[in-house]
Amino acid sequence: MSDLGTFRAETRAWLEENCPPEMRKPMTGEGDACWGGRKWTFQSDAQKVWLERMAEKGWTVPEWPVEYGGGGLSKEEAKVLRDEMKAIKARSPLMSFGIWMLGPALLKFGNEEQKKEHLPKIARGEIRWAQGYSEPNAGSDLASLMTKCEDQGDHYLINGQKVWTSYADEADWIFVLVRTDFDAPKHEGISFVLVDMDQEGVTTKPIKLISGKSPFCETFFDDARCEKYNLVGEKNKGWTIAKYLLTHEREMIGGTGTGAMRPMGDIAVQQLGLNDAGQLVDPVLRTDVARAEIDGLAFMATMERVTDEAKSGQGVGANSSMLKYYGTELNKRRFELMMDSSGHDGLEWDQDNDVARHWLRTKANSIEGGTSEVQLNIISKRILNLPTA
Amino acid sequence: MAMVLSEEAGMLKDAAKGFLADSAPVSQLRKLRDTESADGFDRDTWKAMAEMGWTSVLVPEAHGGVEMGHVAAGVIAEEMGRTLTASPFLSTAVMGATALTRFGCEAQKGEWLPRIAGGEAITALAVDEGRKHAPAHVETRAERSGNGFKLNGKKSFVADGHIADMLIVSARTAGGDAEEDGVSLFLVPQDAAGVTIERASMVDSRNSARVTLENVELNADAVLGDVDNGYKPLEAVLDAGRAGLSAEMSGSAQECLEQTVEYLKERKQFGEVIGTYQGLQHRAAHLYSEIELGKSIVLKTLQTLDLAPDHAAMMVSAAKSKMGSVAQLAAQEAIQMHGGIGMTDEYDIGFFIKRVRVAAALFGDTNYHTDKFARLRKY
Repeated sequence: MSDLGTFRAETRAWLEENCPPEMRKPMTGEGDACWGGRKWTFQSDAQKVWLERMAEKGWTVPEWPVEYGGGGLSKEEAKVLRDEMKAIKARSPLMSFGIWMLGPALLKFGNEEQKKEHLPKIARGEIRWAQGYSEPNAGSDLASLMTKCEDQGDHYLINGQKVWTSYADEADWIFVLVRTDFDAPKHEGISFVLVDMDQEGVTTKPIKLISGKSPFCETFFDDARCEKYNLVGEKNKGWTIAKYLLTHEREMIGGTGTGAMRPMGDIAVQQLGLNDAGQLVDPVLRTDVARAEIDGLAFMATMERVTDEAKSGQGVGANSSMLKYYGTELNKRRFELMMDSSGHDGLEWDQDNDVARHWLRTKANSIEGGTSEVQLNIISKRILNLPTA
Repeated sequence: MAMVLSEEAGMLKDAAKGFLADSAPVSQLRKLRDTESADGFDRDTWKAMAEMGWTSVLVPEAHGGVEMGHVAAGVIAEEMGRTLTASPFLSTAVMGATALTRFGCEAQKGEWLPRIAGGEAITALAVDEGRKHAPAHVETRAERSGNGFKLNGKKSFVADGHIADMLIVSARTAGGDAEEDGVSLFLVPQDAAGVTIERASMVDSRNSARVTLENVELNADAVLGDVDNGYKPLEAVLDAGRAGLSAEMSGSAQECLEQTVEYLKERKQFGEVIGTYQGLQHRAAHLYSEIELGKSIVLKTLQTLDLAPDHAAMMVSAAKSKMGSVAQLAAQEAIQMHGGIGMTDEYDIGFFIKRVRVAAALFGDTNYHTDKFARLRKY
């Protein structure tokens, strides 16, 4: 048996042994996800055990190096692990902005102390991170951010306000883009710092959205303290890190709405039924659903192709903008169809599957992480090489 | 399977691109049109294609082919879509070769495949009879007669029909007019008594014909596959053609976008290069994204045809549906962004919108394949 074959057999056996049965059932909502952190209350023993066992193996972050709490797996091995988890419908043991966003940035730009300090805690789900990027006056024009970071000799002092900080009220630490030079051109006075939220100078206030939920907060910094060793990369060079991280965020948001989701056609059939000819009773919806499913297939094939091209060095870097643009617009279409096929039931505010709230939530997909229009600008500039005025 | 071209396919792509740009650019199609060429394609170019192995891309080695598969055939078709090269490549090297390789008996393979591989024989599929693609709707009759069959009926929209040496004809041997059961496939020599082939003048200046079959007498050995059970083979042959057409449209769409983007970088209005205007940038960037999705599903479909041809139907319909609409969008946007010059015959963009319209309709348009996709998905 090949090495990969052996790994697959061992992985399968380990998962069979260690993944609790409750963690092999589909999640029914966001409430079933495990986010970890100091403030986290596990919903069940199974959720706790599953996280601990996976973290022990380093498999919450399979491809990170072992010394930072990762599994040290190769890309191929990590794919085997994903496949095997999928085969038994195992839930992800840990949802985490630390894993998806900060981790990759620290691995690339952090120093050894920072990696040793923060990465293992992310991997074990001990510290939950929030992202401090947007400000009330810095949305699409993120680089115009004004949160002030002053050098106080032995530490930094931060004053300002961030907005759209996801789950900041439940987070322990926050990675923040701050302005360290007000005289330099806007992209050259930004730094990337890590701030402990367990201090008086940092407060959060949830924002109620049209979905009635509050996944985002405003986060205020009033003389918040940041130790100097928590500056990542060089001072005033934070924009490079910000862009790198945004690329990861785009890929993540762009990827929502495909993959593991139940095919739209199946949902529509279940909700509305078939006529005598075996076709969805609403013929116009049938066409729209088929088009959306075809676009979904084409989108998934594109994700695969872009990944494979990147691996073979033929990739177009800015394609993450194309994926973000198309994936989010497609997800919005999907949820419009979901509402269409849910009919009057879907219009009720409180119901089991919360379709109305999910539908409303998707409207943010094409805004967060760079609007669709910003992505189109990036495609024009970086891929089509169209000139700017 | 990795969603990138193998080294071999990549080399084929480069070679095809170079050859077609030099020997068969859009100006060749323009010339064929303007000189009212009787053949509707350039025989020297076809011969050169055969020498490069393109006509044998799907023919097994045992019959003189190079058998590189559908991804390779798609690479060639895609490059032809960029130059709008007129040739019977799809009808012969893709569909004819697929029909004979997969469903022919040894005698039929031995007779036709080496000639297809060598570029000596041209084949055409005669399937449609009405205004829209409907392969199960077969009114053409094949009645038993002596040791063989007698065919009567009419076929239309037969790509490369008037230059074909042999027609692959669907005819009904049993069942009602729209039933899948009872359809049979026949290999009909172009010069068989009772066969009349009339060339149609098409919007894309490419070859299409109307075929009339009047008491055409065929021996039993003219049947391709089994009598009454020709529908599945027919669909398989159609799917190979549909995937090839999708690849061709992908090339046309990419060419439309690239020419348009170049134009946006040159044309000045209001004192600025028009490519600086966001209204046009976003149209171009959206089109780019649509084309990327189209490219991906076409590659995935071609790979599926190579790996699991009996399970490719849903992907083929998805690809033909998607690429048909994307390519038509690309051609329309190209004209709009070129402005007035895009409307002139002198400019090449017009050739693209015409060809893409025909390629999208051939063997089922976007609506047909969206509907078929939904049927295969059981809704």
